[in-house]
Amino acid sequence: MALSPDESGRLADLLSEHADGLVVHWAELVGNGLQGRMSRPELERQTRDLQKGFQQAFAAGARDLTDEEAGELRAQLGELSSNRARQGFSANETAISVFALKDAVLGVIGDTSDAQTLRDFVAFSGFIDRAALFTFDSYVRVREALIADQAEQLLELSTPVVKLWEGVVAVPLVGTLDSARAQVVMERLLQTLVDTGSPYAIIDITGVPAVDTQVAQHILKTVVAARLMGADCIISGIRPQIAQTIVALGIEFGDIATKSSLADALRYVLGKNSYKVVTSKRTEH
Amino acid sequence: MERVPVLKIGDILLVSIQIDMEDQVALQLQEDLAEKIVTTGCHGVIIDISALDIVDSFVGRTLATIASVSRVLDAETVVVGMRPAVAITLVELGLSLPGIRTALNVELGIEMLARSRGEVWQDDEDEGDPAAVPAS
Repeated sequence: MALSPDESGRLADLLSEHADGLVVHWAELVGNGLQGRMSRPELERQTRDLQKGFQQAFAAGARDLTDEEAGELRAQLGELSSNRARQGFSANETAISVFALKDAVLGVIGDTSDAQTLRDFVAFSGFIDRAALFTFDSYVRVREALIADQAEQLLELSTPVVKLWEGVVAVPLVGTLDSARAQVVMERLLQTLVDTGSPYAIIDITGVPAVDTQVAQHILKTVVAARLMGADCIISGIRPQIAQTIVALGIEFGDIATKSSLADALRYVLGKNSYKVVTSKRTEH
Repeated sequence: MERVPVLKIGDILLVSIQIDMEDQVALQLQEDLAEKIVTTGCHGVIIDISALDIVDSFVGRTLATIASVSRVLDAETVVVGMRPAVAITLVELGLSLPGIRTALNVELGIEMLARSRGEVWQDDEDEGDPAAVPAS
């Protein structure tokens, strides 16, 4: 329900008339909710900014939060909630910062026996509700963006492809392998094979806590795709329990070479490339 | 209709596919290659598909047929330069292109052909090395 032009005009007057009292009362209410996690002057500065935002929006003739005149207010609310989201405040505490304005305004109105004042307040209350919902919305959006960023960073972190030798790359897999990660690993490994022209890849699963049929399926797919491109894959780092699970589940690795450790895998690849690992005798000086 | 050129380099026929592989193009390539293997007497075929975004089942089968045909004509076929995205798609489709040998790039493909014909692949820098010269 939008405000009428008269109502927004009266509200603007009301907000500017009682500006100081409102800010103090409002900041106090918000401060109680935040339990001292924000300093008083900081809160007062924030609430004063918001109070100005509301006042200017009403003075400009904003009748609803989605109006063009309320654009600046929306930006302010958005910034407030994104700051609170980053500082670790809960959504509740963020929304209360806006809701508290209702109580503060009720405090300064004083006499509510007059029908017009009551109607004004109800309309104003509706406006505040929408503003708080907007705050809530932006809070959730910021949080979701944070989570998405972190998930992406985790993917980046956990799937490096390292070069072990000329023509040999290795992927040390760490953590549970779900479909999304398996896809990333597969793409990155295959791309590295193309970029470096390495005909051998070692997939090390030492850091994978459990291998079920799905994980095995992902690894097998990667190996087959690498083969299609002309590279050979060796699976290494199979722990005893995992070997037992693999057999118990009846997973067939077929003719894919499996080694118990990365060192074994590297030795195997070097052997295939007709390299020989020898210990050189140290000459004493 | 567009045609894929077949280049003779030493003992190898090099085919670099730079256009969309429509069915007709694939069939034409199969014919051209068989013809070329016989006329040139080459013993190796390298098919470079690094420019191909899509390899469908028909193209996959044609590649397999080309490999079989050239094997009958005593030439080894290596498919090189398959893109990761293409490989992933083929695996998801369950097409593992049996009977086709693959290498990551043309260089490794040439090396593979040389090795399979029992010749020692030599880098340029190795040529001065007396140990690499076979004792006659």
